[in-house]
Amino acid sequence: MARQSALKESTQKKQRALQEVRSAKAEHPAPGLDRLIHERLRLGIVSALAANETLTFNDLKSLMNTTDGNLSVHARKLEDAGYIAVTKSFEDRLPKTEYKLTAAGQRALESYLSHMETIIGQMRNR
Amino acid sequence: MSQLHIVSAPKEEPPALHARAMDNLKYIRETMERATAFTNISGGGQVAIGVTALVASAIAARQSVFKNWLAVWCAEVVVALLIAGWSMDRKARAAKMPLLSGPGRKVAFSLSPPILAGALLTVALYRAGLVNAIPGLWLLLYGTGVITGGMFSISVVPLMGICFMALGAVALMAPPGFADWFMAAGFGGLHIVFGIVIARRYGG
Repeated sequence: MARQSALKESTQKKQRALQEVRSAKAEHPAPGLDRLIHERLRLGIVSALAANETLTFNDLKSLMNTTDGNLSVHARKLEDAGYIAVTKSFEDRLPKTEYKLTAAGQRALESYLSHMETIIGQMRNR
Repeated sequence: MSQLHIVSAPKEEPPALHARAMDNLKYIRETMERATAFTNISGGGQVAIGVTALVASAIAARQSVFKNWLAVWCAEVVVALLIAGWSMDRKARAAKMPLLSGPGRKVAFSLSPPILAGALLTVALYRAGLVNAIPGLWLLLYGTGVITGGMFSISVVPLMGICFMALGAVALMAPPGFADWFMAAGFGGLHIVFGIVIARRYGG
């Protein structure tokens, strides 16, 4: 009886460990993945800008359904990486921030897409 | 335990990875579709539709027989649909993404039920001899279609729908002699004004 429960416990332990490994793997799905673009909101920003010539800060905010702070932090990271270009201007005396996808950003999205397609393709070939 | 990692992890991992990759692709596609529906209403196309509507209302105003008046506007609907389809397609193509599947679908789906309802009601009103109500009805129903179709779009689109509805409501109450003016103001004027706003603010 005691042996059985010890066995059960050890199985549970193993399962937990396995789960940890799996979730860790899920966080880092593949080596060589563009981590910058992999994050959900940043991926969303890049995708939205791929479908539009330009989008304003407010357009993106309502599209992504996020807060000012969150959007500006992630947009800044993409800007620092050179994936998006930002222009600030005034319209009717109100500040207007416009975002545009750069050629590097377009390439990053395309390689991310092909990365995902490769993963799916590998699965199908099994 | 370390053995378990080596043996089991590779077996279990691919489905999760695969599912996540699929999920990521889906997310990209949905975001792009949403973002496209956001501005795929082409401002330039809308101005063009407004101009053809002005021409149509000028021609229609000269018709003494209602059937001819209706024929002019039916022709205008065909022209407007062609312009809308072409300009939205061109704007969507500018995105250069093969992932895009029918970006205008959402807008088309929400715009077509009120237009179909309008067509059926036009027939019913014509049969009942209530042709004076038709311009107001068209403006009103087109407005509702624009509001629902523009729900996911930039906020000026639903605003345009509200203007159409307001104009339609006034047209329904106004004396029949003004019908052509309301048609020109709505399908011509409102399209041109909002088209310019959209073109200037949202690239084309």
